[in-house]
Amino acid sequence: MVFVGSDGQLTVPTAVKIVIAGGFGTGKTTMVASVSEIPPLRTEELLTEAGVHVDDLAGIEGKDTTTVALDFGRITINTKVVLYLFGTPGQNRFWFMWDELATGAIGAVVLVDTRRLDSSFPSIDFFEHRAIPFIVAVNCFDGSQLYTVDEVRHALDLDEQIPVILCDARDRESSKAVLVELIQHSMNRLAAV
Amino acid sequence: MTSREDWWYDEAAGPLVRPYAMVRGRTRPNAPDLHLVTQVRASSFASDQTSLTVEHREIMALCARPLSVAEVAAYLDVPLVVVKVLLSDLIERGDVLVQTSTPKIPDRDLLQAVLDGVRGI
Repeated sequence: MVFVGSDGQLTVPTAVKIVIAGGFGTGKTTMVASVSEIPPLRTEELLTEAGVHVDDLAGIEGKDTTTVALDFGRITINTKVVLYLFGTPGQNRFWFMWDELATGAIGAVVLVDTRRLDSSFPSIDFFEHRAIPFIVAVNCFDGSQLYTVDEVRHALDLDEQIPVILCDARDRESSKAVLVELIQHSMNRLAAV
Repeated sequence: MTSREDWWYDEAAGPLVRPYAMVRGRTRPNAPDLHLVTQVRASSFASDQTSLTVEHREIMALCARPLSVAEVAAYLDVPLVVVKVLLSDLIERGDVLVQTSTPKIPDRDLLQAVLDGVRGI
């Protein structure tokens, strides 16, 4: 890897990312928090309503300016690699922000709340259409498991190759298992091409 | 009398003024592609910092260890677009080093390292 700067001895780690997607209230930030080595951070991007990056001050003085908040966490893999976990912004009108999140990502976890399955449809469509590896993780709130994995797979009309697993986003080991499943799925996809 | 500058400082504009004042209204960074996870790090041969703004110096202090653009923005509590402009100033001065590659899909070795790392936490 090449770095700009005169002192080549300093190394900068390689950054990789995983996207945690899903509808509003499915537990995205909870999952980020349960595995991140730091409390989740929040960063904000200012946007015009049209979703175009502001070019000058004239663009940000109007009332049609809005803010997209991104919550993210970090796992230092080793001295050379650092993994970032990004929760997607909830509202559908921020799709273009998802593009930046998804570019170069290892893949995505689509968190599903079985009480509101339809809220995960847009996320699944997004990753399917862009051929980005993803898995579906059913967040079992308070241990409630309303449906089996097969029922969820059928209801979401998922391809056989897409892993579907149950999880508890509040639980560190459970969230780790979700990330492991996704990384393995991405490796399998890589091997298949 | 209300000067040309004053009309901006109303309630609606309030939270926006400070971040954009920091970058003197600039919202287009000159720097190479700065993505959310692009790693930046202060150079060990940084130039004289007396001419830098407080925000630039805060970034230099934060980046004593490698951080992503998103982390710098979060710790500084300014919008991403602002931190990108500030970082590009420092990159141009040679005070901050940056990854020049755009995010690309990790290869198998990198994925294996990430897999091992996640299992180990």
